[in-house]
Amino acid sequence: MQSLNFQQIWRYQDHLIDGTLHTLLLTLAAALIGTAIGLAGAAAVRSGPRPVRWTIRGYIELIRNTPSLIQLFIVFFVLPNFGLRLNSFEAAAIALGLYFGAYSIEIIRAGLDSIPGSQMEAGQCLGLTRWQVFRHVVLPPALRNVYPAFTGQFVLLLLGTSLASQISAEELFHAGGFIESRTYRSFEVYAVICGIYFALVMAFKLLFAAVGRLAFRWPVGR
Amino acid sequence: MPLVDIRNVSKSYGSARVLDGVSLEVNEGEIVTIIGKSGSGKSTLLRCINALERIDGGEILVEGRSVRTDMPKLREFRQRVGIVFQAFNLFPHLTVERNITLAPVLNKRITRGQGRALALDVLERVGLADKIDAYPAQLSGGQQQRVAIARCLAMGPHLMLFDEVTSALDPELVGEVLKVMEDMARQGMTMVLVTHEMGFARTVASKIVFMHRGRVREEGPPAELFANPRTPELRSFIASVR
Ligand SMILES: Nc1ncnc2c1ncn2[C@@H]1O[C@H](COP(=O)(O)OP(=O)(O)OP(=O)(O)O)[C@@H](O)[C@H]1O
Ligand SMILES: [Mg+2]
Repeated sequence: MQSLNFQQIWRYQDHLIDGTLHTLLLTLAAALIGTAIGLAGAAAVRSGPRPVRWTIRGYIELIRNTPSLIQLFIVFFVLPNFGLRLNSFEAAAIALGLYFGAYSIEIIRAGLDSIPGSQMEAGQCLGLTRWQVFRHVVLPPALRNVYPAFTGQFVLLLLGTSLASQISAEELFHAGGFIESRTYRSFEVYAVICGIYFALVMAFKLLFAAVGRLAFRWPVGR
Repeated sequence: MPLVDIRNVSKSYGSARVLDGVSLEVNEGEIVTIIGKSGSGKSTLLRCINALERIDGGEILVEGRSVRTDMPKLREFRQRVGIVFQAFNLFPHLTVERNITLAPVLNKRITRGQGRALALDVLERVGLADKIDAYPAQLSGGQQQRVAIARCLAMGPHLMLFDEVTSALDPELVGEVLKVMEDMARQGMTMVLVTHEMGFARTVASKIVFMHRGRVREEGPPAELFANPRTPELRSFIASVR
């Protein structure tokens, strides 16, 4: 067996940095899209008209029961036939956003369902609008209740962005493939790439813990 | 004109008739206490008064306006009718101050500074000014219930509804809540309350209403009603709560 040689890989550090940034960007873009879908979808699933609820249920089932890779391919290769031309990064952000959105709806809905109706009633009795009750009474404690599930799903999204390499989006895993093709140092390349993913996840976990402490400061009931 | 005029109101859940032709007047400044067995319709009647429940027949007038779940200006109406529940229903994620000022800041366009002053003012009336920055989970049940009352007071209500507000409290905490309600009564607040505290009903109420199976079975001043119950139902009810 060849001895390990990381030297060659560091020569491609620009690619690594660029890939890492794109992985981060892709994750954040998909998370943003997905969270918006999650909030709107969860609210609509709870109180929207029946056809809307069915449509959303169909979307959730479709996304959760088919391979993400195929979803990605559909967005990238099929949508252009309908006039929606996307570059690989945009396509990946949308496909992963739709994927994250389906899980977000379920998570956020579970959070909303965990808030007793008496809380909403108390808001109504103070003359708040439905939106004000949702935004100020229901949402904060609901989000706290599902924050661990939500951040866990975010981590899965981050790791899942590696799929985007399959449509040549230039994220971290794609950078890995490129460096490997130049150096033939598969083990070293993927060890480094893995290490970067691991470090990113750890950094986000620390960040989420800090954000959670700041955002959810109130003591929980006795 | 009575402040609250309930005219022949009926309401059913499915085939169960929960209110069956209830009529009741509450004049300004009156303290009306509703008593009766569990399931007799007391809470339902209270919830109909601020349009939390739809009525199937009859009419409820508050300050001369017909109360409906689809009435115009329902939200403004709700601001004038405070309701306090057995379970406090404070918002756990907001401090006492924010619990009190959430609605006024959002809908009455007062500033946060004015809000703090308002919160202090109503908290003083329930004896909890020092808890303004506490969260609900840091308060005892009695304190939480007094904050819930203060939160209603901050809306400047013309009428207060209380549904068994002391029933969830440890016995030693009941007194502090009743005292707040007595003070409000003395200051002329119109109140309709459901309670099992017969002593309180006796001393504070201007009128007692005895409900039985969705109907007002007897009503009158407390001394009279308790001394001479006319119906066997009230007689056995009084015997059961003694
Ligand atoms: N949302 C509902 N759906 C169906 N039935 C209901 C509902 N709310 C109340 N009821 C029924 O209506 C009747 C009257 O209920 P209500 O809560 O008004 O009684 P109450 O006099 O307040 O009793 P308690 O002293 O136990 O609080 C009961 O038989 C109850 O089971
Ligand atoms: Mg009741």
